[in-house]
Amino acid sequence: MDLRSYIVARVLLMIPMIFLLLSIVFLIVRVVPGDPVLLHFEKKASEEAMAEMRRELRLDQPLHVQYFEYLAGLLRGDLGKSMAPGRDSISQHIFSAFPATLELALFSILIAVGIGILLGVRASTSYNSVQDHVIRVFGTVIYAIPVFFLGMILLLVFSIYLKWFPAGGRIKPLMEPEGLTFYFSKPAGGFVQVFTWSFPVGLISWAISLVALKRKAIKFWPKGLLISLLVLSAGWIVYAYFAWHLMFRGGLHITGLYTIDSLLDGNVVKFVEAVRYLFLPSLTLGLMLSGVFIRLTRSNMLETLRLDFVTAARARGLKESSVVYGYALRNAFLPILTMMGLQFAMLLGGAILTETTFSWPGLGRYLVDRISFRDYTAIQGAVIFFGILVAVVNLVVDILYAYLDPRIRF
Amino acid sequence: MPKLEIKRSFLARFIPGLASLTKRGSAGWMTIIGSGIVLSMVLMTVLGPWFSPYDPTAINVSPPPNPSPPSGDFPLGTNLLGQDMLSRILCGGSVMIQVALLSVLFCFIIGVPVGLLASYAGGMIDRISTLVMDSFYAFPGLVLAIAIAAMMGRGVVNMALSIAVVYVPSYFRMVRSQVLTIKELPYTEAARATGAKGQTVLLRYILPNVVPSIVVVATVNFADAILTAAGLTFVGLGVGIDVPDWGWDLTQGRQLLPSGSWWVITFPGIMILLLALGFTLVGEGLSELLTPRLER
Repeated sequence: MDLRSYIVARVLLMIPMIFLLLSIVFLIVRVVPGDPVLLHFEKKASEEAMAEMRRELRLDQPLHVQYFEYLAGLLRGDLGKSMAPGRDSISQHIFSAFPATLELALFSILIAVGIGILLGVRASTSYNSVQDHVIRVFGTVIYAIPVFFLGMILLLVFSIYLKWFPAGGRIKPLMEPEGLTFYFSKPAGGFVQVFTWSFPVGLISWAISLVALKRKAIKFWPKGLLISLLVLSAGWIVYAYFAWHLMFRGGLHITGLYTIDSLLDGNVVKFVEAVRYLFLPSLTLGLMLSGVFIRLTRSNMLETLRLDFVTAARARGLKESSVVYGYALRNAFLPILTMMGLQFAMLLGGAILTETTFSWPGLGRYLVDRISFRDYTAIQGAVIFFGILVAVVNLVVDILYAYLDPRIRF
Repeated sequence: MPKLEIKRSFLARFIPGLASLTKRGSAGWMTIIGSGIVLSMVLMTVLGPWFSPYDPTAINVSPPPNPSPPSGDFPLGTNLLGQDMLSRILCGGSVMIQVALLSVLFCFIIGVPVGLLASYAGGMIDRISTLVMDSFYAFPGLVLAIAIAAMMGRGVVNMALSIAVVYVPSYFRMVRSQVLTIKELPYTEAARATGAKGQTVLLRYILPNVVPSIVVVATVNFADAILTAAGLTFVGLGVGIDVPDWGWDLTQGRQLLPSGSWWVITFPGIMILLLALGFTLVGEGLSELLTPRLER
């Protein structure tokens, strides 16, 4: 099977899965409890108010009509209306909260992989020593800590006792970019921004990294970087595409990631602030994920270090550090890359809890906030968004992996 | 690890297999330490109500101001409602343990038979159930659990069900992959050749060989179920105020952080950590002991 037919097959396989996922969520919200409107009011509202809400949210329609409207809305990127008094669009909230979650996710993955590789390699080079045992215990314990407990401890120590970092939020209120919480409440103009920045930048970086990867002349480390660039820019393109759907109603920031936006602005003060706010949440999430990477790196490195080519490299008198990092780690890296994709679902789950701990205004906090208002249509929208996001990321990782390792395709 | 003479010790007389576990290297020790932690937590929760100095759900047992730091009368301090933290710690494990047990039970009841039947029957049934399970599996676990728990409302059983839905696919996949391998082994073929019915082959020849893997999945899932239950409580989908629960204490403690009340979060957090850690250790130990093929 060549790469193209693999991609086609993989995408075709994903369609029924996404379809099933959408139907499951649809049924959970409408059938499991009985009536979401009744639940929302806890049976305390008048019949008229409930009928009014049912009519406005079109929950009074027969189930199959609702189902087709729901699917048709999704194709337009419309996740429906919220149960909140304004009946505001769920998609708007989700697309404006998404960059915050993306920023948190990217930084925590970086931290997790960094810690994981560093400690994993150390453990494998000092196999069965005290250091190895300490790192293994750390990996096991960090996995068993509830992520929000870890977050609260870090918050208590570093921002309440030591006051090194802010205690929550995403940036100083004055530095909040205009209209960031509601991109789409501003008049039109975002269309230009998305098309002058996100889309072409995404496309160009994607093309460059693809071409660069095709020419196998490059050494390994740049390749790893290129792959992450590939994933990133692919995500960027998808995001720009969906945001564009709602664009005619308002403006959008260049990326929505404060750390990157402030650098593009050349605003160093804001960059430092953004990093200060980002540090504790991403450290929390990164530490939680690092356990898996430590274990994976350790076991892969242990296997690789036993291979002949490592012995050969040592025999040639190379420095131990270049044998370990330059030769062995390079070969142990592919599974780590796959793990990054597989951990994405876990990362999102952790992000929900971390965002709640640190009042980080992302998707997770939106979801939790809506739960406390028993806003079932918004919960449905957020859940669907999470589900599709994970499915798409898994698809991209699978395709990338097949591209890098042709054995997968057969 | 130092070779302790557990063989002749007091404990070994009552626990069969303990002596042999100590000879199995770090995996054996992990199992022993993990089950020790788990058993003591369960014991503490069961006996807690008899030993707790105050009623864990009674409010304002301590005079204001609350929350007050650990003191002579309240060794672990009090929370915002003036409840005694020590009593809440002693009794608070019941929700987590019940939810974890029930959810693993539900997973067992759903995942194992479906996995067995689908993989043994093959064909269309297998493909459809795999597709359904895969779409659940691809879903971010906590998000799915949140969606279901939010719709079903509070309660231990509802919480356990919503967690079970997340983990059923891992049982299904494990059982399925095992059955597909075992189905082709010569001894199963021999059983079929001697005229055993499909039912007999499935239950008497295949199932016993799948059990070790299921046990491993189940113990690992205990830890995940506890963490998911804690997460559900944290996002506001817990059991409620009238039951002592570590997860609830931890959630409430978040609002008290700015005042620096470390005792309100530290103790329940450590209890959840220990419980999850105990199950993780048992799970990892057992997975090395029972399924040595997975060992790297």
